[in-house]
Amino acid sequence: MSVEERVIEIVCEQMDVPKDQVTRDTHFTNDLHADSLDTVELVLEFEEEFDITIPDDESEKIQTVGQAIDYIEQHSHAKSDKDDAVA
Amino acid sequence: MNQSRRVVITGMGVVTSLGDQLDQFWSGLCAGRSGVGPLTLFDVSEFKVRFGGQVNDWDAAARFGGKEARHLDRFAQFAMAAAISAVEDSGVDFSRFRPDRCGVFIGSGIGGLNEFETQHTTMMQKGPSRISPFTIPKLMVNAASGQVSIKFGLQGPCSAVATACASAANAMGDAYKMIQTGWADLMITGGSEAAITHMGLGGFASMRALSTRNDDPPRASRPFDRDRDGFVLAEGAGVLVFELEDQARARGARIYAEVIGYGMSADGWHITAPDEEGRGAARAMVRCLEDARTAPDAVQYINAHGTSTPLGDLAETRAMKQVFQGHARKLQISSTKSQLGHLLGASGGVELIASALAIHRGVLPPTINLDNPGEGCDLDYIPLTAREAQVDHVMSNSFGFGGHNASLLIRRYK
Repeated sequence: MSVEERVIEIVCEQMDVPKDQVTRDTHFTNDLHADSLDTVELVLEFEEEFDITIPDDESEKIQTVGQAIDYIEQHSHAKSDKDDAVA
Repeated sequence: MNQSRRVVITGMGVVTSLGDQLDQFWSGLCAGRSGVGPLTLFDVSEFKVRFGGQVNDWDAAARFGGKEARHLDRFAQFAMAAAISAVEDSGVDFSRFRPDRCGVFIGSGIGGLNEFETQHTTMMQKGPSRISPFTIPKLMVNAASGQVSIKFGLQGPCSAVATACASAANAMGDAYKMIQTGWADLMITGGSEAAITHMGLGGFASMRALSTRNDDPPRASRPFDRDRDGFVLAEGAGVLVFELEDQARARGARIYAEVIGYGMSADGWHITAPDEEGRGAARAMVRCLEDARTAPDAVQYINAHGTSTPLGDLAETRAMKQVFQGHARKLQISSTKSQLGHLLGASGGVELIASALAIHRGVLPPTINLDNPGEGCDLDYIPLTAREAQVDHVMSNSFGFGGHNASLLIRRYK
């Protein structure tokens, strides 16, 4: 499963919304009515699922599904392992 | 005191080991069924006590949706389910009420112990950064009251009482006073508890407070019996709708009973053991009768605290004799804990519901497992089988660790 599919699955599960209502453009607060605790919980779920740590100042910038996918793709272990191998 | 503002019970909801429907709960009680059995909520094989009164087949996601269920600890889920049932049962339509005249007082002895343990485990295994942002709003003891007020949009008095096993009784007594003294016209009130967890079970077992009758769980809770050996840990919720009588009558509500008295006291004695003479419990009962301006000999049935501990049942019996004197022999008494086990901070809620149904339906539930009365336990505890009886005045007692004593008096509505 791609990062995008996994992120959308987590968002649907956490926010109780069907998959057809979630795209890359979906905004957690404006579209899914996530409150401040929901958004923190979403970030924790991403960290758990992708085995990464998202610093607070970075997590505050993740407001849409697309931003989450991009951040995870840039920082996930699979990626950094590959970078290490290349280096 | 404004005695012209009468308070009545118009709705009731339960979550118990004997079911989450009022009729199912009541028919189970009257049939003398036990809700106590082996614990399966987690692996209890290492524990000294391996049985209790657990709520089986609880599917919170199916009731509330996945997101809401995840954001409520089990104790708040029970409170929410019982509150929704009570409101439905009352027929109240909150859109027709002033929200600032309606409130919520739901007590709990411990609060969100499941959440506390789950998050503590997460923290130890994965570090503090993985602690859920919902940890505190789920575990706090007022989460049940807060969440129920949000659910129904109620904006009046809202609080949570934590007096251990007297929590629900104190919450309901306080709620009654809120309406009687004019702070509110309607209160959702009672108690909820979900402390069958590693720490809850282990902690109570460590105190030697629990029955260890692992080989025969349904027979373990035996209040006032010679062979009682401790209480049985149980979980659930009992929530009621208390309403200003004028308002309830005006909307044609079904009225189960009227709340007429509340008394509370402290033993000032020991953090867990009762005053052996039952003096604190007696003071609560006397205050309750005074508050109700009712003579002791008017009381016909007492739903006792009756936890099945050696000291507690004897102390309560002594207290009843002090308060009721010669009339004590005519009292009909039973302990609902003989069937449900001890719901701790929720017990007063389900027991006031049993008390109101006793009046409303003309049946007194029994004390099951009372085969041989214990020494000094020589009153009429309605042993083994339910009894048909028309009773007009019923008292419900609740006592808690810390030395808290609370008594409520209800009467047939006329």
